[in-house]
Amino acid sequence: MSSNVLTRSTGQRPGDRVFTGTTRTAGAIILAALAGVVVFLTVEGIPALKAGPLDLRGHDNIVAYLWPLVFGTVLAAFLAMVVATPLSIGVALAASHFAPRPIGRIIGYLIDLLAAIPSVVYGLWGIGVLGPHLVPVYRWLGEHLSWLPFFAGPVSPTGRTILTAALVLAIMVLPIVTAIAREIFIQTPPLQEEAALALGATRWEMVRMAVLPHARSGLVSAVMLGLGRALGETMAVAMVLSATGVITFDLTSSTNPSTIAANIALNFPESSGLSVNALIASGLVLFALTFLVNAAARAVVASSARSNRR
Amino acid sequence: MRENKTIQVRRNSRRILTTTAVAAVLGVAVSACGASNETADTAATKTGGLSGTLNGAGSSAQQAAQDAWRSAFQQANSGVTINYDPSGSGAGREQFISGGSDFAGSDSALDASAGEIAGAKKRCGADAIEVPDYVSPIAVVYNVPGVSDLKLDAKTLAEIFAGKITTWDDPAIAALNKGKLPSTRITPVHRSDSSGTTDNFTDYLHQAGQGAWTAEHSSDWPLKSGEGANQTSGMVAAVKAGAGTIAYVDNSQAGDLQVASIKVGKAYVKPSAAGAAKALSVSPLEKGRPASDMAVAVDRATTEPGAYPLMLTSYLIACPTYSADKVDLVKGYLASIVSAAGQQAAAQAAGSAPLPANLQKQAADLIDSIKAS
Repeated sequence: MSSNVLTRSTGQRPGDRVFTGTTRTAGAIILAALAGVVVFLTVEGIPALKAGPLDLRGHDNIVAYLWPLVFGTVLAAFLAMVVATPLSIGVALAASHFAPRPIGRIIGYLIDLLAAIPSVVYGLWGIGVLGPHLVPVYRWLGEHLSWLPFFAGPVSPTGRTILTAALVLAIMVLPIVTAIAREIFIQTPPLQEEAALALGATRWEMVRMAVLPHARSGLVSAVMLGLGRALGETMAVAMVLSATGVITFDLTSSTNPSTIAANIALNFPESSGLSVNALIASGLVLFALTFLVNAAARAVVASSARSNRR
Repeated sequence: MRENKTIQVRRNSRRILTTTAVAAVLGVAVSACGASNETADTAATKTGGLSGTLNGAGSSAQQAAQDAWRSAFQQANSGVTINYDPSGSGAGREQFISGGSDFAGSDSALDASAGEIAGAKKRCGADAIEVPDYVSPIAVVYNVPGVSDLKLDAKTLAEIFAGKITTWDDPAIAALNKGKLPSTRITPVHRSDSSGTTDNFTDYLHQAGQGAWTAEHSSDWPLKSGEGANQTSGMVAAVKAGAGTIAYVDNSQAGDLQVASIKVGKAYVKPSAAGAAKALSVSPLEKGRPASDMAVAVDRATTEPGAYPLMLTSYLIACPTYSADKVDLVKGYLASIVSAAGQQAAAQAAGSAPLPANLQKQAADLIDSIKAS
């Protein structure tokens, strides 16, 4: 108590000043870096507006060039999140509320380990193991469900389809979403949990009534962070996906749309002149897309927090 | 309780982190020691007359060969540093024209219609020197269970990659092959990244395919059908994984995959360094280019016995004059590349085909004409 009063009366101590300076600098650097990225992408991307078919791999203009890439990026990320979100929440709940404490902790460690695997390794695994093993599944889908546009085929013999890429992405975002979700679930006030149990709720009912509502806004952030990773993942997609630049909802054929990040990785090494500008323009679009997703997530979190308070 | 545990976990993980960091630093220090010892050794044992730094950039196909050439040249001349940035052929040409590098490696010759010949002339003050330095056969690899000695002609190959022939027992393929072919669906695999191999492969399909391949040659795959794969390693992985696949890769990377023979004249030829060199030697130089420009108009439709016209030709691009302090270095390095020994070294390191004698002499003479400005 007395030290607090003392601090106020004599102004800042050296430690405070250093701390203030450090945090301000860190904040400013982040803003400057972000601004730098935006300026670079915009300045270098604008010349691509007048790029012709020679610079755009045969596409007439930049919009025709970017559209299939945006489509592929969103499709792959969406599929990945459809798989990863329920899986992550399930794993996180198991680790925080259902499994015995030591086992829950081990599950947590193992999931965190997944985040430490480099994406190149995921790519190799996707090409060498997951893809070939999914071929029989895809073939079955092609035989029995080919009336659905998603499985119209012809089925890829290597399994390097957008569905495989999305499954690899799902496993890559799993640790991000799970780790955050677990932290949030753990923070549910124990009194509320115990109150629910005392009123005769089963374990699942307790989770539904006490844990999930408390965690809702945090879960949205977790999923959005995972979605950001899925949108931006480069190497694994570039390796696994057989990208041919078509726009299709067919998930099991050899012809697939590419994603923005994978397309940059694939074509930057041999690009020069305006085609580099076109790639940077696609980077700008990806940046804007990610920004929009993040903004939407913030809006969702904010509105759900408001409705919670009511 | 929970909070305590979290702190404990954090402490543990921090300890692990510190240990890892220490180990990493030690590792770097140890390997750094090793590296400096090595340099000292080579510097002590080899001495040479030249010194200075030379910067080149371009074709990534040449990278393995350039590495072999560089290390041999640097060992013979201890004061020399040669850098080669495998940034891609287009970037290499662009950098050379803008004056950013001393020489360029490129899988396609300077493009007259894009103003590159004029640009290089402006940079050098005179017509640039362009000589072939790296020739590599491209193999057509496939994975069709039960088929071991596939024979194809350019037209059939073009129709397969264009998606017109869709099953392996198609009459067009059966007409060229004895024995039973399976009814497996064909999945042609192409490079999804921009590549000199694709450029040369599509040129072959276009020139020799008798109209079955309508698109001009290009580094980017022109169609939206088939399966795309990233780089040569991705192509090999796709063919290994999928039954019914067919692809084109640098012959040195074909490994244990099945390799098809292609029809040249009346016979079927497997890819080989000798065959590629022969195809190059019977091809004329491109017309309408400066005298110092050895761009070869590869005759993909050649009927020369034993020739294998499906190959990649890569070039060295340099100026006819350099400043006095650089001229000997440039001349020495480029001459060592096109020399018989240099070509042999590349053949060993990268599986390329040594230049045929007539072209090698012509290239050596051109490089010998480089003067101080």
